[in-house]
Amino acid sequence: MTAVRAPWTWLGGLDPRYPVSFLITLILVLGEARYGILGGYDRLVTALGVSTATELVLSRLVRGRFANVASAYITGISLALLIKPRAGLLWPFALGGFIAIASKYALQYRGRHLWNPSNFAISLLVLAAPASVAVLSQQWGNDLATNAVIWCFGLLIASRVRMLHVTLTYVTCFLVLAALRSSISGGPLVAEIAPLTGPMYQLFIFFMVTDPKTTVSTVRGRVIVAAAVALVEAGIRLAGDWHVAALAPLYPAPPILALAIVGPLAKAIDLYATPSRTPIVQRFP
Amino acid sequence: MISPPPPRSWRRTAVAVSFLTAIVLVIVLNRRGDRAAGAGAGPPPFHFTDVAAQVGISFVHHGPTLDPKLDNIAPLIGSLGAAVSVADVNNDGWPDLYFTNSRFGYPNALYLNRGDGTFVDVAAAAGVANVNRRGEGVSMGAIWGDYDNDGLEDLLIYKWGYLQLFKNMGNLHFKDVTDAAGLRQWMNSNSAVWIDYDRDGLLDLYVTGYFRSDIDFWHLKTTRIMENSFEFATNGGKNRLFHNLGNGRFEDVTDRMGVGSTRWTLAVAAADFNGDGWPDLFLANDYGPEELYLNDHGRRFILSRVGLESDSKSGMSATLGDVLNRGRVDAFVTNISERGYLFHGNNLRLNFLPELGRFQQAAEGAVADAGWAWGAQLGDLDNDGRNELFIVNGYVSRDRTQSYWYAMSKIAGANGNVFEDARSWPTIGTASLSGYERSRVLVSRGLAGWTDVAAAVGVTDEYDGRAVALADLFNRGVLDVVVANQGQPALVYKNSVPPGNHWVAFKLVGTRSNRSAIGAEVLLVAGGTRQLKVVDGGSGFASQNDRRLHFGLGQTTQVDSALIRWPSGGVQTLAHPAVDRLHVVTEPGP
Repeated sequence: MTAVRAPWTWLGGLDPRYPVSFLITLILVLGEARYGILGGYDRLVTALGVSTATELVLSRLVRGRFANVASAYITGISLALLIKPRAGLLWPFALGGFIAIASKYALQYRGRHLWNPSNFAISLLVLAAPASVAVLSQQWGNDLATNAVIWCFGLLIASRVRMLHVTLTYVTCFLVLAALRSSISGGPLVAEIAPLTGPMYQLFIFFMVTDPKTTVSTVRGRVIVAAAVALVEAGIRLAGDWHVAALAPLYPAPPILALAIVGPLAKAIDLYATPSRTPIVQRFP
Repeated sequence: MISPPPPRSWRRTAVAVSFLTAIVLVIVLNRRGDRAAGAGAGPPPFHFTDVAAQVGISFVHHGPTLDPKLDNIAPLIGSLGAAVSVADVNNDGWPDLYFTNSRFGYPNALYLNRGDGTFVDVAAAAGVANVNRRGEGVSMGAIWGDYDNDGLEDLLIYKWGYLQLFKNMGNLHFKDVTDAAGLRQWMNSNSAVWIDYDRDGLLDLYVTGYFRSDIDFWHLKTTRIMENSFEFATNGGKNRLFHNLGNGRFEDVTDRMGVGSTRWTLAVAAADFNGDGWPDLFLANDYGPEELYLNDHGRRFILSRVGLESDSKSGMSATLGDVLNRGRVDAFVTNISERGYLFHGNNLRLNFLPELGRFQQAAEGAVADAGWAWGAQLGDLDNDGRNELFIVNGYVSRDRTQSYWYAMSKIAGANGNVFEDARSWPTIGTASLSGYERSRVLVSRGLAGWTDVAAAVGVTDEYDGRAVALADLFNRGVLDVVVANQGQPALVYKNSVPPGNHWVAFKLVGTRSNRSAIGAEVLLVAGGTRQLKVVDGGSGFASQNDRRLHFGLGQTTQVDSALIRWPSGGVQTLAHPAVDRLHVVTEPGP
């Protein structure tokens, strides 16, 4: 039986990291050209350079061969876009790039890394260096077209890398929980939904929460994890609405930190429960 | 040929150690940065004492009450209006202070300096107190300038409401001449500057718009009044340039001169940045990049690409000064920084226009992060020949245990259509927003950068500072600092400088130029250094400094020269003006 092939299936032979690389490059170019989202090319060069160099060095050191740097490229650009440190500081990009990639080699369970590299590095920087680092809070101006382009390509590529269900589950849960939070806190619903229209969330839902290497192995499991991330995030946000002081360090980046909490737990459970399962990434050509 | 990898255990250990080392480095570097921004380095040779009560200044600002449709974020929107400006209104040689209030029925204050170390509020008798009235709007700031060259300083009050121009009639009496001057225009303005842009000897007026001018905050027709972008908003009020016709009237020449920016300008300052002899306009814009309008020989202004356009932040204050004693007018612009959420960072714009055609950003460390910073002024606070930087900060100080930052972050990254409507903003309730911040006093350590010595010099208040003005209030040869705080008492920081450092000051009186000499430059050469200062027509945020130019000299006992560039274009050189005294210099006739 011959399957109906979507028009974009010419991409079918590609490693999924390449279309993802394309998307993040698109966001980088659009964001920088129209909105100066980087805040300096030295930041991009540092994050990219350290990420890729670390990948090459550590892969050679640990595995005896040089790794493909596509994922380091994605990590480097993610960091350059998402970290907004104090003026003149480059070390968050350098150390962030190193920590992100090194976490893949240092924090493993049953031979697999647990955290999405950029998610781990950004979470660590937000929690350990709040006097130096903030997370991207810029917006796509007043321009719906930019949003539309990012969403279209994002959904297309999430579909291509077979992670559309993760994106859609997270977004659906976020919207439902936003409505719930609005009804509980009494705040405007539009304010609760508003983050989805910004670049920080777009980077999150298309690059972090969908990372094939750090998601669990089954579709059902990934749907549950995406929902759990949204749920934990909603908890952080409600705590923020109620000014719970003990959780204040989590408030600057609720989705990123929610993923940093839920993601590795889910992955560890998945690896523990199904240790022999073929890693999902190997299903791609 | 690729060599075989080292043993597995060694490799794993190396990765783990380097990984942990990197994490430790993050923590160490973060702490170091935190300390650098907040710590001093040795006792500074000056000290401030708040003497407001002692000298008779009991002014307390009251913020505006707004249309109930804005109740959810009224503390945010209404957290502006505390302002202070300095002028010698009765020509007795002692600087007087004007404070604005921003609530209906609450008066502005004109504190007359009695010359004996005390002040008395004469605003009511002078006719400049009762200006915050329903239907007229509320004060946001004021600037002094002798627009009719009669030798008496006149007063322009900018408002969320109708502008008001008061002519100084002498004998501490002012007359409202707004209508006759053609200035009765409703603007939602937070800054203005006197500038003689065409060098005709008459002070013109540039008034900035923050919110759109069709908004009446007490009778709102729509709640879609907010910025449409946090970084690139252009839906603010239109700035306006009023040309002084010389017959007591002003003409709106905004469009003809090309200076009608709608970028939510919060502060403006004027000076000749490119050295062509014509005063330019520097705008600090909220929700967008700063703007420099270069003056093309008084014929028009040209928005210039000078290195400001790519840096989109939240400009709050436009402060001018010769930061490195290069004989240049540099600019300092305050911005917002909040741990974990936002590091916009202040901008220190070193002026390299003549050489490179652009400014160079030089703000790092303590000078970059002053919290949610508002007004700032550069001045030599210890008479050592170098400028210090006094910065006030803090936005909304209410419940210390609640912060609005998280709530605001929900919409901060969203599409502009969302937060352009004030109703879309989460309710602030009793939360603070960058509240209870401590003011900064930064001392330049040369190549070592700037160090915050605020606590060491006695500046420990946590008020929501807005405006800062520098003046030698007691004619002692030292600069004192006056701070207007939002919804809180004004502060008068009396400066104590140990004897030993010398100083010289100049009061300029224009003849061919405007009588106030606003825009005049003095380049002082002494002890192998050069210092440049400009007579202030309004600068910082909602403030205006003493227009007498004060230079610290350190141990230098002789000034080589003082070169005066008058606004008319005339140049005058004073050889070896005596130190430790004020020189009153009248512009030579034609």
